[in-house]
Amino acid sequence: MQILATDFGFKIQRMQTDVLVVGGGTAGTMAGIKAKQANPDSDVLILEKANIRRSGAIAMGMDGVNTAVIPGNSTPEQYVREITIANDGIVNQKAVYETGRLGFEVIQELESWGVKFQKDPDGNYDLKQVHRVGKYVLPMPEGKDLKKILTRQVKRHGVNVTNRVMATRVIVQNGRATGVVGFDVRSGDFVVIQAKAVILCTGACGRLGLPASGYLYGTYENPTNAGDGYAMAYHAGAELTNIECFQINPLIKDYNGPACAYVASPFGAYTANAEGHRFINCDYWSGQMMLEIYKELNSGNGPVHLKMYHLDDDTIAEIESILWANERPSRGRFHEGRGENYRTHGVEMNISEIGLCSGHSASGVWVNERAETTVPGLYAAGDMASVPHNYMIGAFVYGRVAGENAVDYLQSLDHLEPDADFLAAEQARIYHPLTQPNGIPHTQVEYKLRRLVNDYLQPPKSPHKMEIGLEKFVAYTDTLTEMGARDPHELMRCAEVHFIRDCAEMAARASLYRKETRWGLYHYRLDYPEKNDAEWFCHVNLKKAETGEMELFKRPVEPYIIDVDLKEEVYDVAVR
Amino acid sequence: MAQTSQRVDVPVIVDESKCLEKCNACIEVCPLDVLVKNPETGKAYMKYDECWFCLPCEKECPTGAITVQIPFLLR
Ligand SMILES: Cc1cc2nc3c(=O)[nH]c(=O)nc-3n(C[C@H](O)[C@H](O)[C@H](O)COP(=O)(O)OP(=O)(O)OC[C@H]3O[C@@H](n4cnc5c(N)ncnc54)[C@H](O)[C@@H]3O)c2cc1C
Ligand code: SF4
Ligand code: SF4
Repeated sequence: MQILATDFGFKIQRMQTDVLVVGGGTAGTMAGIKAKQANPDSDVLILEKANIRRSGAIAMGMDGVNTAVIPGNSTPEQYVREITIANDGIVNQKAVYETGRLGFEVIQELESWGVKFQKDPDGNYDLKQVHRVGKYVLPMPEGKDLKKILTRQVKRHGVNVTNRVMATRVIVQNGRATGVVGFDVRSGDFVVIQAKAVILCTGACGRLGLPASGYLYGTYENPTNAGDGYAMAYHAGAELTNIECFQINPLIKDYNGPACAYVASPFGAYTANAEGHRFINCDYWSGQMMLEIYKELNSGNGPVHLKMYHLDDDTIAEIESILWANERPSRGRFHEGRGENYRTHGVEMNISEIGLCSGHSASGVWVNERAETTVPGLYAAGDMASVPHNYMIGAFVYGRVAGENAVDYLQSLDHLEPDADFLAAEQARIYHPLTQPNGIPHTQVEYKLRRLVNDYLQPPKSPHKMEIGLEKFVAYTDTLTEMGARDPHELMRCAEVHFIRDCAEMAARASLYRKETRWGLYHYRLDYPEKNDAEWFCHVNLKKAETGEMELFKRPVEPYIIDVDLKEEVYDVAVR
Repeated sequence: MAQTSQRVDVPVIVDESKCLEKCNACIEVCPLDVLVKNPETGKAYMKYDECWFCLPCEKECPTGAITVQIPFLLR
């Protein structure tokens, strides 16, 4: 069926730019700034679904840097070792190394822009140990204005910004990325942007699993990030990797923020079971740590909590002033509503919904140390790009790497006119729900899809359940055609449900493919409960084959640049 | 499709007596784009119950008209 934007009174907007950054969050704002710094004559455009002033994971700021490699405290080599061990060896060390090598420069540059990091009385960075070995956590008790500061720099550098336009597909011609299509989520206009290089920075897939509360948007990740970049890269033909290495976080029960040991443990707080005993010796988030939490919750010693009630009043007041002010400021409101007080009770914790995110885990679009995906001209950075445990500093570093390399790459390239059939097909896909305003609402379609994700993919993973799940996710392609929308806002949500379905299928297929257990709870298979390095010391990559089928294959781990003896150094955080 | 309209308790509450007709601040910053103006009254309200309870709307409101509650299901 032919469906055009103009059928609904919407316009078609055309734009051209040298560098197109999709998603103006942490990585995206930095990518835009760095592209412009690298070549002030190039046109750089940030396309953002929300408004860059308050979008993405750090919309309200951040409590601290989780992966700061600061000279005198740690080295890039030590950092690579720590992440290699924490990620059970499946890393491209060269890519991880860049985060360690360039992170300090990023922190210094942010500081020169007015971002504040915690210093000791002598003026040195006040790093804290949360990782198993080494100090990498740098508190930001005044981290709340991060996004406003970045927005100011984006403007100062002359980077163009288009807010409230959602990208839905990457245009690929002659084997390279040549732009993006999408629509304005307020006016409904169809937007076609031609670019010489495209940098995807759309964050995690945060709306994959359903939080236990049942509230669709009560996710750990900013729910604007629905896996858009994962799906767009997939349909562009790029490889994705480690998708079976889910993101699962230890959160406050019913609330979508961490309890948070990163902030509180340097003050003496710790994660305890119902008896008040420690059962893990390291609070750094890893699949292995999540497995210990899972075991404790399912033992007679559950539930688990963050224990602070043994600390003095001043210390607790200081912890509250950080935890209730920056990245998740509604946390204090949540506790107050329930009459909970850190002075008398532990903060009850639970396991979050599953998601895909390389910022926390390792699931992402495959990139090398130059932020290149496997499609020429297509770059990726931040939570959606496959550099494990990259967090906020990694997003900034890779935004920078992508911005600089994209400018370099595009020099001799021209714009290409997009293929008319492609544009027509995409309009038919995204505007379809408007042809049936009384079709099934996106809320119900999304709820059921994500409930199925919980039922069939939530670890521990069972092969038969995952097979059923896969069948249902594939069949859901038809269900999506039943969705109805009444305005451009609902259309945005419908387009997001398409992305979530794509990610669910990828998560099921990748999890079925890797026949072993790795990364603790993230890929705990009941039928293969042991790690099997002989067969599975490799990445599992997937991509859209020429036939349109999803193809999975092994990709060898790149030779290490830093020696790590994984037989000796097993990541084990259990207290026994 | 047969339809019904369901009442829901929404997390964002606007004190209309404080909301300025010429202002758009909360609407511009919301990452989920769930706030709009009522065309008849010129006052902001939560049109879609899709909230991350992240608070930019409340922080950026010049008159303190907005209160964000934790959504009922999590409260
Ligand atoms: C609650 C929470 C707490 C955290 N705490 C810490 C911490 O203390 N320390 C730390 O180091 N890290 C922390 N992290 C991780 C860190 O914030 C992220 O790794 C990092 O910010 C990711 O950056 P990003 O650019 O990939 O994603 P984001 O900053 O989320 O940006 C993604 C952007 O893409 C936009 N977008 C999405 N889809 C589209 C589309 N289709 N078209 C156009 N635009 C789109 C979004 O609106 C958003 O602006 C935390 C994350 C969360 C969620
Ligand atoms: S709390 Fe956040 S998501 Fe909810 S309305 Fe305000 S800005 Fe939007
Ligand atoms: S920011 Fe405050 S005053 Fe402005 S529109 Fe929103 S509620 Fe009204």
